[in-house]
Amino acid sequence: MVSFQYTVKDPEGLHIRPAGSLVKCAQGCTSTINIEKNANKVDAKRLFAVMGLCVKQNDTITFLFEGENEQNDCETLKSFCYKNI
Amino acid sequence: MKIIQGIAASNGIAIGKVTLLKKDNEDICKRNINNVKREISRLETAKAAAVKRLNEIYLKSLKLLGEEDSNIFQIYIMMIQDQDYLGEIKQMIYTEQINAEYAVWNVGKRFAERFARMDSEYMQARSVDVIDISKRLIKGFEKKKEDGLVPQLQGQHILAADDLTPGELVQIEKENVLAIITQKGSRTSHLAIFSRTMGIPAVVGLAEGFKEVSNGEVVVVDGFKGEVIVQAGDRVLKKYREKQKKLAEHNRNLQKLVDAKAVTKDGIEIQINANIGQLKDVENVLKNGADGIGLFRSEFLYMGRTSPPTEEEQFQAYRQVLEKMKGKYVIIRTLDIGADKQVSYLNLSKEANPALGYRAIRICLDREDLFYTQLRALLRASVFGKLAIMFPMIISIEEIKTAKNIIKQVKADLRAKSISFAQDVKIGIMIETPASVMLSRKLAKEVDFFSIGTNDLTQYTLAVDRMNGKIGRLYDQCHPAVLEMIKMTVKNAKKTGIPVGICGESAADPNLTEFYLRIGIKELSVAASAILELKETVREINLGVHQD
Repeated sequence: MVSFQYTVKDPEGLHIRPAGSLVKCAQGCTSTINIEKNANKVDAKRLFAVMGLCVKQNDTITFLFEGENEQNDCETLKSFCYKNI
Repeated sequence: MKIIQGIAASNGIAIGKVTLLKKDNEDICKRNINNVKREISRLETAKAAAVKRLNEIYLKSLKLLGEEDSNIFQIYIMMIQDQDYLGEIKQMIYTEQINAEYAVWNVGKRFAERFARMDSEYMQARSVDVIDISKRLIKGFEKKKEDGLVPQLQGQHILAADDLTPGELVQIEKENVLAIITQKGSRTSHLAIFSRTMGIPAVVGLAEGFKEVSNGEVVVVDGFKGEVIVQAGDRVLKKYREKQKKLAEHNRNLQKLVDAKAVTKDGIEIQINANIGQLKDVENVLKNGADGIGLFRSEFLYMGRTSPPTEEEQFQAYRQVLEKMKGKYVIIRTLDIGADKQVSYLNLSKEANPALGYRAIRICLDREDLFYTQLRALLRASVFGKLAIMFPMIISIEEIKTAKNIIKQVKADLRAKSISFAQDVKIGIMIETPASVMLSRKLAKEVDFFSIGTNDLTQYTLAVDRMNGKIGRLYDQCHPAVLEMIKMTVKNAKKTGIPVGICGESAADPNLTEFYLRIGIKELSVAASAILELKETVREINLGVHQD
């Protein structure tokens, strides 16, 4: 398993559009990807679940990857985060 | 007459008959079923129909509103296909043995309530989206082709609704809608953004007052003040018709100025330039008839990414702006990062006083790799138009001398590699620190032009942090000390014979235009949307003295 932490910079937080793009990006990966905020853990490939985390600016979230491609998928999501949220 | 106060969402004034849109989804019948499989397959068919319809709306919206505002429909498609959402619906059909429509509506409401309870205003507003997709999904069960959320309209109406979703809004033909008023909605609602993009006056969030609006009544909608006026008498109607007329005339007159020069009554021509941050702003610059670009904030090329833009990327961006401006001046300011504009990949550490810290030219002179790349890209692009390069945050003669030396080195390097660049690229500096004002006489001998950045100059002159709301009252761009700074700069520039422009917020302030012109400013650079108003202001001024 690999993981990384990310602090959201977008002033609106992980709102509907970036959440949508994030889920789309995650859906393109083969690993199992979870996002953790505080004690809540959700499937990164499910839009309502991700939006349900209610991630705001300066919130730190953890991405957890499991699967054959975990290293690659981790990099993909990481670069997505830095670019978009 | 009665005034109902709401939230001003989109400018404009409208007078017309109200058409109250009733939503019909509130009562979905509950039916007991015994064939669960059949019900699930009905759900799948409805889902496919709703997705297909949303795709059509997405394509229509793409034409009407462009990519950015249309993304929402793709997200709606994702929502309708979401496993959690569909999962709960199926679960409800299984366990309660009820019809699919009823399950959709109930799960939709449940999800909407979850959003409404979140502790973010933005997320709360998303409950509307869940209700919308649920309605769309329910429509998918119907055999009828027609999309019934919004009725086919004839003639012109003021649409009044509990709330309108983007999906509903895109189906409306603009010609049929004078204005939109809603009970719910906030500044961040899609409706507010869409109505502005479409240029339809709108007042949202009328809350309890919404009940005062009745179907078929003639009302006044004032999108500037966020007011809806019901039971308006003839006198009030007349007053607003006058206002409408004036507004239309004003807009028509402004349009006439697109190709007009900004010349004062006594014949002094002023350059009205535009401030931009990215390539796509250029279209608006041209549409509003700017004389050139007075400030291209190149840092926007560096933001929202994980590594700095390469020389090639920058070259392409600068080249395109220069080409699109067809020989008109384009002043590009070198990287002004730090303080309120941060990028993660530079790994800048947190500072106690970022406005007084490691930023702008200070970073560039320290990180020569960054600076070289940008200057090379700029010079390479210079052959495609009329480029000028401007340095931000200068406080000393040494800084500008160093920067000029680096340009010399870059030029020599390009020459050695036989890469062409324009010979007449002008070099200027931002005057935005009190130090640069005090040294303006000497600095003027080093550069080809000055551009006064009034935002920072105000902040540094008054020692008022412009990001600190608590002292926002003290941040005054018309403060006599700031105006004295500007006067001094212009006086010293005149002595050396170099031009001075203004490129901060206050360049667009109509209360300062005459002052600027009187002290001898010949160039003002403002947001594209402010150009026509500024041209109009200049054309009304009579200085009555001949300068120079």
